[in-house]
Amino acid sequence: MIEVDGVGRSFTLRHRRGLLRGETRVVHAVRDLSFRVAPGEFVGYLGPNGAGKSTTIKMLTGILAPTTGRIEVAGLDPSRRRTTLARRIGVVFGQRTTLWWDLPLKDSFTLIRHLYKVDREVFRKRLAELCDVLDLGGFLDKPVRQLSLGQRMRGDIAAALLHDPAVLVLDEPTIGLDVVSKSAVRDFLRDLNAERGTTVLLTTHDLGDIERLCRRVMLIDHGTLAFDGTVEELMATVPGETSIEDVVTRLYTRRLPL
Amino acid sequence: MLNMARTYVLLAATWTRAAAQYPLSMAMLTLGSFILTGLDVAAIAVIFAHTTALGGFSLPEVMFLYGTSGMSFALADLLFGNIDRLTLHVKAGTFDAMLIRPASPFVQMAVHRFSFQRIGRTLQAAAVLAIALTQLSVPWQRAWMIPLMVVCGIVLFAAIWTLGGAAQFLLVDAPEVANAFTYGGGTLTQYPLSVYGGDLVRAVTFIVPLAFVNWQPGLFVLDHPDPFGLPYWLRFMSPVAALSLACAAGLAWRAGLRRYRSTGS
Repeated sequence: MIEVDGVGRSFTLRHRRGLLRGETRVVHAVRDLSFRVAPGEFVGYLGPNGAGKSTTIKMLTGILAPTTGRIEVAGLDPSRRRTTLARRIGVVFGQRTTLWWDLPLKDSFTLIRHLYKVDREVFRKRLAELCDVLDLGGFLDKPVRQLSLGQRMRGDIAAALLHDPAVLVLDEPTIGLDVVSKSAVRDFLRDLNAERGTTVLLTTHDLGDIERLCRRVMLIDHGTLAFDGTVEELMATVPGETSIEDVVTRLYTRRLPL
Repeated sequence: MLNMARTYVLLAATWTRAAAQYPLSMAMLTLGSFILTGLDVAAIAVIFAHTTALGGFSLPEVMFLYGTSGMSFALADLLFGNIDRLTLHVKAGTFDAMLIRPASPFVQMAVHRFSFQRIGRTLQAAAVLAIALTQLSVPWQRAWMIPLMVVCGIVLFAAIWTLGGAAQFLLVDAPEVANAFTYGGGTLTQYPLSVYGGDLVRAVTFIVPLAFVNWQPGLFVLDHPDPFGLPYWLRFMSPVAALSLACAAGLAWRAGLRRYRSTGS
């Protein structure tokens, strides 16, 4: 469902030194990244801040083009076929909404129905279903800017699933949520994956997400994949440690062999 | 293309509905822009209180040039004026959100917060043009050019806005550059170009083709000799100028989008 082959992305930064002189520096956000995600998998994508998680997500969704390597998502090259791909995947950014800030949630959903060309009847059923499981009924008429973070996140997740995508990509979907909202989001994602077979890839800093949801964990550090396997295998990489927090801390802080 | 127009209308209708929830504010903004831009006409009236001709053009002729330029500019602003806000959207992360939708980010940008109240300016320019035309009695052999020149003007201004937007993919902090040409161009073309120097007129004819918004086709409609002695056939070149600038703008936008770098997080 997702294929990433030897992908790298670098950014050229320019520093001003005086009026005309400047110097350029190349930063490799991601380098030589390769992995595959099969249909129906639930994958957690971990990594310290600045490791390249969001850059990877942006390349998978076609927002950024990779500098090197090849990517295929749902059978398409994301950066070349971005708009076609948009109909096949759902994307959620935890840090900011993809909904229309000043419009009532309901209007955002109707707009999405038109943009994604979802059949009216299919949309009505799907929305009723999502309203039910995500408990959106109480705030459908409120403008998005007036929603609480938990409500907004549920709205964002519903919006990403109205067109019933085969792949759902979430960038920190549980960030800033209280325990109740967090567990509502987790339950929903687990059921979505189990019942509909939707492939899910999520990035997170919350190891609870990983323990409760993900059968497979990928850990990115300094732009390359540092670990890829099950949660049990992850625990086994640091013998003697019993909590996932400690294991991940050890993996984040160890020095990479140069 | 049809798909893009469909998306535009869809989003514009949604934004208008959102704004219509505040009817008083909508009415006041429309009236406000009508009155504010009306001051431009007051300025022209003041000039003609002291003289009978401006750059070799009579009052109705100047009003004709003002009206056609004003309509092109106001309609282009209404439809595409948002394109030069790219930097804001990139910084706020809303541009990323546009990129994950199955719709052209150009259309989404252009229509963002579409506000119908900007129509006030168009109405004001249309009123001035109507008054000018009653005074001028242009025969239909030359009047056919009027709708064509307004459309070409819209395309020219929209293309300049798009070029300005495309430049912001590379120069995140320079939206003012485009404003010099759009708002500057809007003001420049309100008056007969004969009040400016010859070098400036040659520049806006052959480099930034603002002379094709209303000056060259206007000379045809008014059957007026060119004060700068440029060839007669230039008067029919507005569609060519509009189309070439639009193509250049389209290519620049695509090139910019390929170089898009997003922001952190």
